[in-house]
Amino acid sequence: MRQPGSSGTPVILATFFVAALLQVLPLPEVLERGRPEWITMVLIYWVIALPHRVGVFWGFSVGLFQDVLTGSVLGQHGLALAVVSWLSLAAYKRLRVFPPLQQSAVMFMMIGSGSLIAYLIQDAVGRAHLAPLWVLLPALVSAVVWRPVFGLLRLIRHRFMVR
Amino acid sequence: MPAWSTIRTQEPKARQRRSTINRLFGEGTRPGYRLLIALVLAVALMLLDHRTGHLQPVRYVLGHVTDPIHYLAHIPVTVAGGVGGVARSHSELRAENERMERQLLILHQRAQRLAVLEAENVRLRELLNSSADLEAEVRVAEIIGIEPDPARQEVVINSGARAGVFEGQAVLDARGLMGQVVEVGPATSRVLLLTDASHALSVQVNRNGVRAILAGTGQADRVRLLYVPDTADIVEGDLLVSSGLDQQFPRGYPVARVVSVTHDPGRAFALIEARPEARVDRASHVMLVEGARDWREED
Repeated sequence: MRQPGSSGTPVILATFFVAALLQVLPLPEVLERGRPEWITMVLIYWVIALPHRVGVFWGFSVGLFQDVLTGSVLGQHGLALAVVSWLSLAAYKRLRVFPPLQQSAVMFMMIGSGSLIAYLIQDAVGRAHLAPLWVLLPALVSAVVWRPVFGLLRLIRHRFMVR
Repeated sequence: MPAWSTIRTQEPKARQRRSTINRLFGEGTRPGYRLLIALVLAVALMLLDHRTGHLQPVRYVLGHVTDPIHYLAHIPVTVAGGVGGVARSHSELRAENERMERQLLILHQRAQRLAVLEAENVRLRELLNSSADLEAEVRVAEIIGIEPDPARQEVVINSGARAGVFEGQAVLDARGLMGQVVEVGPATSRVLLLTDASHALSVQVNRNGVRAILAGTGQADRVRLLYVPDTADIVEGDLLVSSGLDQQFPRGYPVARVVSVTHDPGRAFALIEARPEARVDRASHVMLVEGARDWREED
């Protein structure tokens, strides 16, 4: 799948590693419910930036990794992130030119749909005991912090010349 | 025109030859097909993982990557604890030392009585021809991660298969039973706490031996007794200990203390709530009961 001229896979993997770290970092209980979906955000960024390289398969693999990390049923986040990366693939051209506020709104919808899919699966295997309303809070927080995360990741991409 | 079809036309001819996997997941395939494949794979994985245990090896292998993440995520907590320790004053430490010595004395005194009681217990059991034994070795482990999902009561500890941890092993803290190991990685394990809504174990009232099933509620400070008849002799303040009848936990460890008993004439069973003895939301070190597996095979 490697294209001639594509580079920086270790950098992409490193950003996912850091996102995974933030995903399990111990937080006070108050903040826990609003923890942004770091892994989903990083995934969406790479899909928008490199749609020819990072796509559905990346989303699926990263999701499986998140499943093992958080001990959820294998495939829960795999499915959710595959759908999210597919959505971003379909919208990346428009997303790139959207003004920040609109971009954040779309971010909320995409990350929220990922969270809802994961929640549905969790519910189906009998592990969800949280009011569904809480499920969208992480997506909302993610949308708020999206701009800085986007800027930082773009800086990393330019700095390490990931193409 | 869909966004991906333009990418497809841009691709050089030379890259048309690909292996099957690449054809399925490569950039040439339309994202819709790839999504379909991912969906099918995901559903198959979920069914396999949820219904059978065949995917445990997959988790174990991926555990080599996730274990370091759990360890790294724990570093800030360790550092904060270290800084707190350094910053404490001499007098504070001396006061704490004194307090601990006093506590040690009290515990020693209790242990003295324990030796006598244990001997007596063995004698009585010999009289009754019963061979149950409460003694078990324990291994200490540290909690390095807490499940970020508030819907689940789980923690990650810093011992895994390499340290001899096995699935189903009982986990205690200084005060009582905490839960059981549900997933073993190379260097970490995942512990399902007894407060998780999917957890249940067999307990008995220490005072009179009445047996019941204790189930989690999903809240850190509440557990519930299931299917207890209204007439059962359980009152507020009763200590519930593990009964060992579930073939999962060793017998005789304190589990929870009853905080409220409600008799509702409209319900078939009494509503009994209890608070776990173990400090499931505050503990930083836990004990794994060794040899529980042998104990289970004995029965």
